[in-house]
Amino acid sequence: MATVTYKAASRIYPGSDKPAVNKLDLEIADGEFLVLVGPSGCGKSTSLRMLAGLEDVDEGAILIDDRDVSNLPPKARDIAMVFQNYALYPHMTVYENMAFALKLRKTPKAEIDARVKEAAELLQLEDYLKRKPKALSGGQRQRVAMGRAIVRQPQVFLMDEPLSNLDAKLRVQTRSQIASLQKRLGVTTVYVTHDQVEAMTMGHRVAVMLDGLLQQVDTPRALYETPKNVFVAGFMGSPAMNIKTVPLTDTGAKFGDTLIPLTREQVAAAGEGGQKSVTVGVRPEHCTIADTGIAVEVELVEELGSDAYVYGFAELGNGNGAERFVVRAQGGEIPRLGEIVHIKPQVGKEHIFHAESGERIAV
Amino acid sequence: MTTATVTTDQPEPKAEKGPGRAGRAKKRLTGRTASLIALVIALLWTTPTFGLLLSSFRPEGEIKTNGWWNFFTDPAFTFDNYTQVLLSDTSSGRLGSYFFSSLVITIPAVLFPVAFASFAAYALSWIRFKGRDTLFVLIFALQVVPLQMALVPLLQMFQAWFGFEDEQKFIQIWFAHTCFALPFAVFLLHNFMSELPGDVIEAARVDGANHGTIFRKIVLPLVTPALASLTIFQFLWVWNDLLVALVFGNGKETAPMTVRLAELAGSRGEEWQRLTAGAFISIVVPLIVFLALQRYFVRGLLAGSVKG
Repeated sequence: MATVTYKAASRIYPGSDKPAVNKLDLEIADGEFLVLVGPSGCGKSTSLRMLAGLEDVDEGAILIDDRDVSNLPPKARDIAMVFQNYALYPHMTVYENMAFALKLRKTPKAEIDARVKEAAELLQLEDYLKRKPKALSGGQRQRVAMGRAIVRQPQVFLMDEPLSNLDAKLRVQTRSQIASLQKRLGVTTVYVTHDQVEAMTMGHRVAVMLDGLLQQVDTPRALYETPKNVFVAGFMGSPAMNIKTVPLTDTGAKFGDTLIPLTREQVAAAGEGGQKSVTVGVRPEHCTIADTGIAVEVELVEELGSDAYVYGFAELGNGNGAERFVVRAQGGEIPRLGEIVHIKPQVGKEHIFHAESGERIAV
Repeated sequence: MTTATVTTDQPEPKAEKGPGRAGRAKKRLTGRTASLIALVIALLWTTPTFGLLLSSFRPEGEIKTNGWWNFFTDPAFTFDNYTQVLLSDTSSGRLGSYFFSSLVITIPAVLFPVAFASFAAYALSWIRFKGRDTLFVLIFALQVVPLQMALVPLLQMFQAWFGFEDEQKFIQIWFAHTCFALPFAVFLLHNFMSELPGDVIEAARVDGANHGTIFRKIVLPLVTPALASLTIFQFLWVWNDLLVALVFGNGKETAPMTVRLAELAGSRGEEWQRLTAGAFISIVVPLIVFLALQRYFVRGLLAGSVKG
């Protein structure tokens, strides 16, 4: 059990001016499940590999339980890692794969046996212990990779997109298994993914990264309700939030003919630096189809059974022409293609950002 | 993100349905006609060896007057050639001692380069150090130096620094063979080792393995096909070598079978019928080595390791 601290940790690849990870400050509590999420190339995997000892820490430091591990080799850090493509040892059986690390540490044979059996039971791998990886299915291989980490009883689990090679159904199933397993074992876990749904459903806290910079780290609900900037707002949530830059008036944001009212403080903050427009985010699920409101021409309807997502174009009067707009419609009120519907954002559920800096403007 | 440029030796895609180029090529290469052609080529290729085998059992007079195919119409069978080769007590002794010398030369001259090349190839593919790629290119480039160019300088070096005598000259032969084999061996093994999935090596590092353990427990088992082919290749080369053994050896004490075979024909080649039997005796050992190692030519060793 351990805490993990990134102290202004940077990784600058040789031959590149721009850091892959730029002064990352992050504290992960004991037993916490922290998810690092972001688009590809944002530095989330690099951050994880720095913690694993597979990448150098060029500046700053990384601490595990207040012990500076920045310059220690992987084996001295007491961490276990699950790789994106499992990285099993192909010439060893499942049992040998799981026992490998313990054998290297000269653990007594009886204990190795007990621990491997226990992990195999936990992961329902008992029947496969004598098989080689090539005789396993994708999901089983993934579980062996998990098992290899579990038997180590490490201080920290590191997982680098462990679900990305599974099919959709298995992914959802394994997702909840990993989350409950982590809860049971209570081991501090750092989990990297590019899938915001995984991040939201699994993490106690989620750290959103972009271009090597940490954007926001908070609980999934807080990220959903109060995204710190336009990027986080657009990244978290599916389908993505409608983020539009529209003209700013004295009393609110002008969506075509519809006005989204803002407080005087908000208008003042949005107008900072002589801004004449404001960025407003509205989640598809926070819109209702009404008789009046923003006019949207329906282009596509995604029927999900319980409800449907309506994709269309709206003229917002900001000089950008017709812009895409997504709305969630209840089961009964699904519009037809080509129809024009009117949309009302729910009051108080909109997100206001400064048009230039993209920073959130609080209510 | 970790770039997963990995070649998994997955089992081949089952019966390609589409008329893709690969699919068509595969069909053509596994069809009945193709098999027939392959069979014919194999038969043609074996004919000379078969002729040699027949000749080795024919009497001297027959060998020297007509071709081996006359065996079928006019069979004459004798073990004379074999007895002469194996048992004749010439001044240079029996074949047995040459056979022994051959083994003494060949075994270390195969093990040393394979071992050194494995170490070097591992370092060149999985240990990061400055100038690594340059070093690899330099080693690779050494292959263009013809062996004959190095004979004299190498011999001079041994003379000046060591002055080996008699049986000690085996050391010279081992050393020379090792030197001449290393560039290609390093190149071959490096190609195999650097193709191993990086994630597996990293997983082993996280599991607490150091370079020595990774080399022994992960890398070596996964490149056994390459090790086996290199071993066979080097074994054949050294076993059949005459030049290096003559130049670096010390006459009778270190002379391998090839030297004896050359002598067997007589100083003017008048006894060349003996070569037929001699050749067959010398083929036996490489054949055993090949058959023993061919079971390591396994496909799909990496299957199941990573999902590429």
